[in-house]
Amino acid sequence: MLLGPALTVSGVLFALGVLGVLLRRNAIVIFMCVELMLNAANLAFVAFAQQLGVAGQIFVFFVMAVAAAEAAVGLAIILAVYRHRHTVDLQNINLLKG
Amino acid sequence: MDGTRILFDGFALLAMGSAGLCITRRNPVASALWLVVTLFALAALFVLLDAQFIAVLQVLVYAGAIMVLFLFVIMLLNLGRAAPTDLKGPLGLGVGVLLAGLLLVQLLVLRQAGPATGGAARATVEQGIIPTVARPLFTAYLVPFEITSLLLLAAIVGAVVLAKRKL
Repeated sequence: MLLGPALTVSGVLFALGVLGVLLRRNAIVIFMCVELMLNAANLAFVAFAQQLGVAGQIFVFFVMAVAAAEAAVGLAIILAVYRHRHTVDLQNINLLKG
Repeated sequence: MDGTRILFDGFALLAMGSAGLCITRRNPVASALWLVVTLFALAALFVLLDAQFIAVLQVLVYAGAIMVLFLFVIMLLNLGRAAPTDLKGPLGLGVGVLLAGLLLVQLLVLRQAGPATGGAARATVEQGIIPTVARPLFTAYLVPFEITSLLLLAAIVGAVVLAKRKL
C-alpha cells in the first residue's frame, strides 16, 4: 500500500511550499510556492482516493479549477502591482495605500 | 519491495528534490522550470496511485497551462535575472525553517491516523479509467461542477479588469 509514503511526500512538499513562501521575496516565486502547496494537497487527496473511493479524485478536479482561476487573477494582480510600483519584490511593496 | 514501490520512491525523491531546488533558485525562470519538473513527477505519482485521468489533467492543466502563464508573466515583466534581495537573511531563514519544520512534524504525526481500506483500484478495473471519475462528476457532484463554471467566468472577468490599463 502506498498511502503512507504518499502522505509523507505530500507533507514534505507542503512544508517546502510553506518554507518557500516564508523565504522568498519575489511575489511570483511566492505564488509558485502556493501552487506547490495545492499540489501537495492534491497528492494527499489522490492517495486517500485509492483507499476510500473516487470522491477524492473529484475533489482534485475542483482544486485544479480553483488553482487555475487563482493563477489567472493572482498574476493579473501582480501585473497591476508591477505597473504601479515597477517591482515585484515584496520588501518594496509595503504600503496599503499608495 | 516490488516494482511499483521502487518507481514510487524514485518519483517521490524527484518531486521533493526539484521542489527544494524550486524554492532555493534565485532566478525566477529556473525556479519555474524546477516547479514544472515537480509537477511532472507528481503526475507520475498519480498514475502509480491509480488516478490516471488526474495525471493527464495534471500535465495538461498544471504543467501545461498554468506554468506557461507563470513563465509568460515572468518574461513579460522582464524578471529573468536574479534580484539581490530575493532570499531573506539569516533571521528570516531561521524563522522560516523553524515554522516549516514544525508544520512538517505535525503533518508526519497526522499520518498515523490512517483510514480503513476500500478500493478505487477495483472500481477502475470494473468501469474504465475515465467513467470512474466522470460518472460521479456529472451525477452526485453536478452542482459543484456547474458552480465551477461560474468561478472560471468570474476569474476571466477579474483578470481582464485587473490587467487592463484602461477599460
